[in-house]
Formats: sequence, C-alpha cells, structure tokens
Amino acid sequence: MTDKDGPPGEIKIIVPTGMLGAGVERDHIRYGIACGAHAIATDSGSTDSGPSYLARGVSKMNREAIRQDLEVLMGEANRAGIPLLVGTCGTSGTDAGVDWTRDIAIEVAGELGITPKIACVYSEQALAELIRKNREGKITALPPLGPLTDSVIESCEHIVALMGPEPYIAAIAAGADIVLGGRTTDTAVLAAVPLMRGAGAGAAWHAAKVAECGGQCTVNPRRGGVLMRVGKDAFAMEPLDLGNQCSPESVSAHLLYENSDPFRLTEPGGILDVSEADYRWVDNRMTRVTGSKWEPMPYTMKLEGARGGDFQTIMLIGIEDPEVLANLDEFHDRMQHQLTSRITRTFGAAIRFDVSLRLYGWNGTSGRPVPAGTPPPRDAGVMFVVTAPTQDLANRMAKTCNPYFFHMPLRAGIEMPSYAFPFTPAEIPRGQVYEFVLNHVVRTRDGFELVRTEWTDLAAKAGKA
Amino acid sequence: MPKIGGVCRHVRSKNAGPFWVTVDFFFDSEETFKRYRDSSALGGDLFARLFGTDARLVKRVPVDRLHMIKISYPRPHPQGWIGERDMHSGQQFVRLLEVDIG
Repeated sequence: MTDKDGPPGEIKIIVPTGMLGAGVERDHIRYGIACGAHAIATDSGSTDSGPSYLARGVSKMNREAIRQDLEVLMGEANRAGIPLLVGTCGTSGTDAGVDWTRDIAIEVAGELGITPKIACVYSEQALAELIRKNREGKITALPPLGPLTDSVIESCEHIVALMGPEPYIAAIAAGADIVLGGRTTDTAVLAAVPLMRGAGAGAAWHAAKVAECGGQCTVNPRRGGVLMRVGKDAFAMEPLDLGNQCSPESVSAHLLYENSDPFRLTEPGGILDVSEADYRWVDNRMTRVTGSKWEPMPYTMKLEGARGGDFQTIMLIGIEDPEVLANLDEFHDRMQHQLTSRITRTFGAAIRFDVSLRLYGWNGTSGRPVPAGTPPPRDAGVMFVVTAPTQDLANRMAKTCNPYFFHMPLRAGIEMPSYAFPFTPAEIPRGQVYEFVLNHVVRTRDGFELVRTEWTDLAAKAGKA
Repeated sequence: MPKIGGVCRHVRSKNAGPFWVTVDFFFDSEETFKRYRDSSALGGDLFARLFGTDARLVKRVPVDRLHMIKISYPRPHPQGWIGERDMHSGQQFVRLLEVDIG
C-alpha cells in the first residue's frame, strides 16, 4: 500500500470531476481529504458545446445538477477546513454565470448551515476597453483568424478573458473559503493552490493539465475524479476511487485530448513543455511524472467572444418507402430545388435564406457523396433546416415548405406520397445561430489587470441578521 | 494498398477549441508507426482534399512514446455555423479510415 500522506511538502488537490454538475461522489472526496488534501478544485465550463452559451450567457448544466455537486463539495470542504475553487462558472464564465453559481452556493450554504467567505473573480470584458487595447496593438490573432477590427468586437454579445491562477491565489490568501471564477483556463484553477504553496511550476501546471477532465486521465473514466499530488520536481496522479488506476499510458495520453499540440501548451504567463516528461508507475494505482518544464513568458490572456446571427427553423420526416430509399440522392436534389424555388417565389429573390436537407441514415452526418453501389438503408430521417434573418421569417419559410417537404413524390406522375412527421406542428423554431468570432490573445501587465474580485461574506451577513 | 483504418488500432477526431479539429492516429505497432511517422500520405493535402482546409496550416506532431501521430487542421467553418453537422467534430475521422496510405 502507498503511504496516503505522500512525501513531505507534497501539495494535494482533489479534482472531483471534469465539470461541475457532472456528478461527484462523497466517498471519493472523503478519501482525498483523508489523504491530506489542501483544496478541492474543479472546472465548470467549456467552449466545446458551441458558442450559444457564451453569446446568451446561460449555463449548459442545469441548476439542480450544480446544486447537487456544490452540496457535496461545499459540505466536505467546510468539514475539512480546506478551500473550494470553481473555474469558468456557468459554462462560459460570463459575469452572469459567476453570479448564477454564487446564488446557488449561497442557497446551499444556508441549507448546510455553514457561513463561508465567498470570493467571485470576474473576467468578462467591456467592449470599449478591448477596442482601446486593440488600438494600442495589444491584441494578437491566433491562426486561422486574422487581425481584429472594432466592428468584430462590437458585434459580440459577451467577451471573456481566460484567467490564470493569480486571482485565485490572491483570493485564498485573503481568506476565501470558496472562489468562484469567471472564464479561466481549465489548468489554472487546478494549479492555483499548488503554485501558491510552493510546488514546482512545471509539475503544478502539468498535473493540472492531466487532471483537467477529472477521471478522463484514469483507466476507467466513469469511476470518479483524481487526486493531484504535486511536489517540487514531480507529481503523481492518483484516482479517487480505490478500484481505479492512473497508468503511465492513461496519464500521458490525456495531453492528446482536445489539444492541437500535445507537447507545448500556452497558458497565461508561460508555456508548459512536457516533451521531456517521463511517466512511471508508483504502485498499481498511481503514476509519477518527472521532467515537466514551465517557461515563463510575458503575460497574455486568451479572449473568447460570441455573436448572434440568423435564425433557424427545422422540420423532420421519416421515410421507409423503398422506392425513395433506393434513390435518395435524386430525392435530395429534387427536394432541394423545389424548396428553394418555392421560398424564392413566395418571399422574393432578394431575401437572405439558406435551406439545407440532411438525410440521416444515408449521409446526414457528413453531407458527403455516398459511394456508388451503396445499398439503400431500411429507414431514413430527413431534417429540413431553414436559416433566415428573423425567427418569424424562418418559421414562415418552413410553413411555406411544409406541403412540399411532406408530400413531394420522387418523380413527376407518381401518386402523392405522405412522409412520416413525428410532431405537430411540424415546424420547430430552433432559435438563433451563434458564432465564436475571437481567437485572439491580449497582452496584459499581469494576471489581475482585466480581473475584478467581489466578496460575499456569509458569516458577516449572518452576524448582521 | 493498406488503408488508414487497417494500419491504426484507433483513430479519433475532436474539436480543439472552436476553430480547430484534431485527429489522433494510434498505430497498431511500433513498426507501422515508424513506417508512417513521416509519410507524405498523411500530409496537409489529404486534409485539404477531405475537409476543405488550408493545407499549409495543417499541423502534425508524432508522439513516439505512444506510437501515434496527432494531426490538427483549422475548420473550414467555425464550430456552430449555419451548415454545422458535427458540433464536436467527433465523427470527422470516419472519412479517413478508407484512405489508402501506401
């Protein structure tokens, strides 16, 4: 058996999950605390699910899921007397996402009968401030995007800057029990406490990168999160579940995930270089990593911004008619032509719109040509998507197309078919199309220049009441 | 002619931020990995042809330890555009499997 406490000076962080709200196990947290954990840290966001969450400033996770996880994490952190850090609150880390999470935390604290001191660190940016930075030449594009213009900045609904660990460290040093952060790199929120307590920078950042998705770096990702054990020149990764393992392969392979370069990763204030890292078993559950390097660089923060565009309405039909299924490409082209000309005739040629038909069961996922000789499917779903400048227009265009979409025969002269609508009304307003428009970095004085911290001291509030 | 799907034990694709897709090719042995580590058959042109990306921007990083090659390319349209069919790019690897790798 391993010595649970590890070597002296090792900083231990519980990473209970890859995303707050995905579910945490109380037993896992207690195991980490029994090992002497110094903090619990987790990410609560991502850009993975698309630009809609940032543009609208709403969470992808539902309130109940966040509440359930916070209840466990806040209760256990309070009992152990260790801080809880949450990065990128509310999926996209807008100010609204931080406030939403803070309000849930206050509610949970009330129910648990605890009075933590909560620090909220915000990194949403005022558009005017960014326009000024851009004019000062402090914003640089990352490929494949080009230089930034004022109009692109102005078109964004929300812009957030990705924080480093500094605001978290400052908040904990000032006595925060809970730090709720706006947009932060996944790594920074996990590296903050090790860096604060004097762990090696290479080891801290590399450990955080490995642990960013919780159990994803373990052999069995379904079995809970991990415990980061960070020293001066090395770190070890241990699963929180006693039956799980962090193997040299599962730990090293995680750096491949969702990164375009698995060896050099740019973070606020430096670059993590893992090209010389060495991964070895410690025992049959944990892996030790040495050779990670941190190269300090002038401070930069990545920007994310999203804007709203046109609106979409969708309709769906199922087809089992073998004659149509045997000629799906012909059916698609004929339908595409008929719907497009129907919209143009009804709304005029000047109107901006797009009609797209996706044949699921045939080539709906890729939209690419199907090789000649491919046998017909037994069933196909056709999704109609119309995109137009307003939701109302998109709905009206879908209604205009409805009879054709429903009844169009494969060829002229065939008796009118009726395809299988699963819903009524058939047209479903899908909402606005959103777009990420920034892939830029801004140079700042330090990790604080674009960040604001606000405090909610529940003990003080309770004292006043 | 061997196909990518035949010489790799696993191929996967995933978004790497809103503007990039990354594809991981895990080879079935050290020997096959060495044979294709620097092969031009997995060059930028292949990705330009299959995904409509700019061949010059395609990045390729072999990871010797894991017998794999990571190739990343800019999405021709950003994630979530009006014609989006694969938000997380998780199905993009499929069209690579049948490619003759020589």
